[in-house]
Formats: sequence, C-alpha cells, structure tokens
Amino acid sequence: MAKRIDVKDLNVYYGNFKAVEDVSMTVEPRSVTAFIGPSGCGKSTFLRTLNRMHEVIPGGRVEGSVMLDEEDLYSAKVDPVSVRRTVGMVFQRPNPFPTMSIFDNVAAGLRLNGVKNRKVVTETVEKSLRGANLWNEVKDRLDKPGAGLSGGQQQRLCIARAIAVQPEVMLMDEPCSALDPISTLAIEDLIVSLKDEFTIVIVTHNMQQAARVSDRTAFFNLAATGKPGRLIEIDDTATIFSNPVQKATEDYISGRFG
Amino acid sequence: MSALDTGHQTGPLQRASSLAPSQGLAGRAARNTVATVVVVLAFVIAVIPLVWIILTVLQKGAALLPDASWWLNSQRGITPRIAGGGAYHAIIGTILQALATAVIAVPIGIFAAILLVEYSAGRLARVVSFTVDILSGLPSIVAALFIYAFWITTLGFSRSGFAVSLALVLLMIPVVVRSTEEMLKLVPNELREASFALGVPKWKTIVRIVLPTAFSGIVTGVLLGLARIMGETAPLLILVGYSQSINTNLFSGNMAALPLMINNDRQQALEPAVERVWAAALTLVLLVLVLNIAGRLIARFSSVKK
Ligand SMILES: Nc1ncnc2c1ncn2[C@@H]1O[C@H](COP(=O)(O)OP(=O)(O)OP(=O)(O)O)[C@@H](O)[C@H]1O
Ligand SMILES: [Mg+2]
Repeated sequence: MAKRIDVKDLNVYYGNFKAVEDVSMTVEPRSVTAFIGPSGCGKSTFLRTLNRMHEVIPGGRVEGSVMLDEEDLYSAKVDPVSVRRTVGMVFQRPNPFPTMSIFDNVAAGLRLNGVKNRKVVTETVEKSLRGANLWNEVKDRLDKPGAGLSGGQQQRLCIARAIAVQPEVMLMDEPCSALDPISTLAIEDLIVSLKDEFTIVIVTHNMQQAARVSDRTAFFNLAATGKPGRLIEIDDTATIFSNPVQKATEDYISGRFG
Repeated sequence: MSALDTGHQTGPLQRASSLAPSQGLAGRAARNTVATVVVVLAFVIAVIPLVWIILTVLQKGAALLPDASWWLNSQRGITPRIAGGGAYHAIIGTILQALATAVIAVPIGIFAAILLVEYSAGRLARVVSFTVDILSGLPSIVAALFIYAFWITTLGFSRSGFAVSLALVLLMIPVVVRSTEEMLKLVPNELREASFALGVPKWKTIVRIVLPTAFSGIVTGVLLGLARIMGETAPLLILVGYSQSINTNLFSGNMAALPLMINNDRQQALEPAVERVWAAALTLVLLVLVLNIAGRLIARFSSVKK
C-alpha cells in the first residue's frame, strides 16, 4: 500500500491550450502533500493527471511522465481504468450516487469491479465507513439514500466510497470547500489518519488547512491569465509557510498577492 | 430609435429615483393589465377546442364503455345495422402492435441516445443526430409507404400487423432518442467522474450509474412515445387490412386496431356503427391517457432516492 509519485516535465493541455507547464515533483508515500495557489493556476488540472482523469475531458492530453513507484502511468501499456483503481479521487462537491443507498454507495466500487462475495463487501463497507469516521452516524440507516445525508456526511461518504476500493494514493480536490468548519475539521482529522495507509494529495485554498494537514506543500502560480500555470516551489510545509525560497510564494502566503 | 438609445443610457439614473411615484407608473400598470388579458385570452382560446373535443368524445362515446362486452368481445358477425359486439379485437391489436414497435424502437432509440450523449465526439454521432432530425419530421404516411415498398414489395412479405409496427418504429425512434437524450444530459457529469475515479470502465458506468439515474425519465419518454404512435392511422390503412375478429398474430392476416375500427365504422351511416365509432375513439383516448398518467407517475416515484 501507498506508493511514491514521481512527476517529470509534465505539460498538460486542453486542446491547444497549455494549462500547466513543466511540472516536476516527488510525492512520498504515506505523506500528505497540499497544492496551493491562485484560482486558475492549474491545481485541479494537474491533480487530475495523477489518475488519468484529465483525459476524460475531450481534448485533454498530457506530455511528460508520471511514475507510480516503478510504473509510468502514461506508458502505452497502461490501462487508464486500472490506474484509477490504484489512485482514488475525492471531488470538490460531494457526489454520492443518487440511486443508491448509503451501503450501496460505499459498495459501488467493489461491486462495479466485479466483487460479488457478500461477506467481503459487507466487511469492506463497514471498514471504509469506520475509516471515514462515518460509521457511527449511519450504521442504523445503511439502506437509506446517500443523498439524504448532510453535506459533510456526504463528503465523508464519498471518501469512504473512494477508500473502499483500497487505492494506494488518494487525490482530494478542495474536499472541504463546500463544508462548514466542524465538518471541515472532521475531514481534516480523517486526512491525517488516512495517511498511515495512503499517499494523499490535497488541493486547498485554505492556508491554515494546508498548514494543519500537510507534510509538504506545493505552490503553483501563473504569470498571467491565458498563460500556463507552473509549479513555483515545493518544500516541507513548515518551510513554505515560514521561510519560502521564492518571493512569489511568500507574497501569496502572506496575502500580498495580486 | 434615438429615444431608445438615450433611454438605455439614462436607465440606471432613472432607476435610482424610481421608488418615488412617477408618471410612468400608471402607464405601466395599464400595459401590465393588457398583457395579462391577452395571455389569459390566448390560453382560453387554446383550451376551448381541447375541452370541446374531450366533452364530445365523452358524451358520444361513453354509452357503450360501461358494458363488459365492449372490453371482451370482437365485432365478429356484427353488421353496421346491429348494435353490440365489442372492441377487444381492436384494443388487443393496438396494444400488440405498440408492444412490437416498442420492442424494436426502444433499444435502438436508447442506444442512439447513448451514442449522442456519451460518445458525442465522433462523426457517427453527427450522422445519427442528423438522421434522427429527419426522422422526427417524417410524415407517418411516408413512413408507411417506405415500409410498403421495402417490406412488402421488395422483400415480398404480406401486409400484417408487424408491417404496421415497422412503420411505427420509424415514427417512435426519434421520440425515444430525443427524450432519452434529454434525460441523459440531466445526469450530472460528476456522477460519471465519481464512477470513473473508482476504476469503473466507461460502458459499465453508463449501464450501472448513468442509465439507472435517468431511468424514470427514459421510461416516461418511452410511454409518451407509445401514446404518440397508438393513434397513428396512415400506417394501418396502408399496411394491414381491418378484421372484425380477434387476430393476435402480428405476422399474418388482417388485424384490427382502434384507429382502423374507427375508420371502418365511420364509413357506415347507420346509428349502431356511429355509436361504435365514438366509443372506439373514447377507448383510444383513454388508452393514451393511461399511458400518459403512467409515465408521469413513474416520473414522480422516480428511482432517484431523495
Ligand atoms: N474543461 C476545461 N476545458 C478547457 N480549459 C479548462 C478546463 N478546465 C480548466 N481549464 C483551464 O485550465 C486552467 C487551469 O484550471 P484549473 O481548474 O486547473 O485551475 P485551479 O487551480 O484548480 O483553479 P481553482 O482554484 O479555481 O479550482 C484555467 O485557465 C482553466 O480555464
Ligand atoms: Mg480547482
């Protein structure tokens, strides 16, 4: 479990528009890495290249390489579908499947990937819901619709759904931006506890959140609108927030941006 | 023109003081009243014929319907001079033809809609969309003539209920495609992405996530499409002969259908036949109504859990 991500010279395109340019970075296993940066600098775009979700968008393509341990995700032999089984994702807005109960939502990844054994499914669902700190709140209503939960509960349901397929890496794109402070704290605690098992990458606009949960922080920026976003620097979170190398990082963090 | 231009420029300024009573207020209220009256009038004019039709059909057709023999018997051995008999042969004919149509048109329509929404990038999708556009404007008599030329003249089959169904397929496909397409577009992209992110292949995402989410809407569309084709008469006139007896074999022999029964009895100027015309018309309206209501009920109790 938990793999190292090694990105080399990555360019990301939407059709002819180059959205992200020349990113190289390493993400250590069992760590939390936060991506910060102004809106439109390509954090989501870059994040989605790490599980090949970028190419789902018509015209989306990538140059460069992303290594997951020893395997190049973008080599011709690799099936994007299996990449996404290894690298899970949680989205900005909670998106439980509306036709499914709480139980079925968490079981969806297993069942849709062909796991039929009832006992395995039931055990995994409970374990995942416990892992997502949601078990106690929903254990008496597992057959109720997932869409009937509160926003924060729905987001934890989506996290449970993502960890149920036992990925090695978990990508989270602003997972708390639609949530209140209490739910946010619940998810932050969850992220910290999940890093025992997963490699986690989280995009956030909340500096305190980056400081609270992450071990490493990457700052992205773009020179001007219409220009591609770039990785400005990546370092230990403490260093980025106290003593960054680049002036742009310091300006952004201290709010002197733009 | 210039009045409009300046009006546009000074708009914000006027708005700033518009809380104070201005002389424009009375004029605006009058215009509002006029507009309201026009809209209500248009609505009433549109509704009058509808209510009129329904009342006429009810009044003239209701007499025979309470009788069980109307629903259980055919017109076998009944002449225009004699009252009695039923519409069972026509009802069963209409239902069987509609079912055969649905069995062919629904899968084709749903696959086409999936192609258009989920795999929309390709050239094939553009061709399909264009074809569906043309089909949806196709007059039913042209569809019937085409099936006659293709199925009967070229392939050598004889006229039958199934030939009618084939023509109805051409008319039903565009309805199913367009309604399914709308329903698939309503499925949020986030659900597809959530499924992809679990490592679920695209086709499985469509079958297990997208279609179930859109299910009730698709069923509603199918039922509305069925309601639409059940009253089609041209294919019946061209592609099958009327039978007064029960024939449940779609593939051979004359076969009744409600529009055919109406058309047949309409040609007789005798009272018992005319009564049956209206009763059959009411039966057809009721059948369509039931499908419409079923469609809406399914939409109401949709598969999306709230
Ligand atoms: N589907 C798309 N098609 C074309 N261009 C896109 C698409 N999605 C994003 N972009 C462009 O790519 C660039 C990066 O967008 P991205 O969403 O990655 O930014 P972000 O850093 O995640 O911003 P935010 O903090 O607001 O979420 C932007 O210029 C955006 O306009
Ligand atoms: Mg984003």
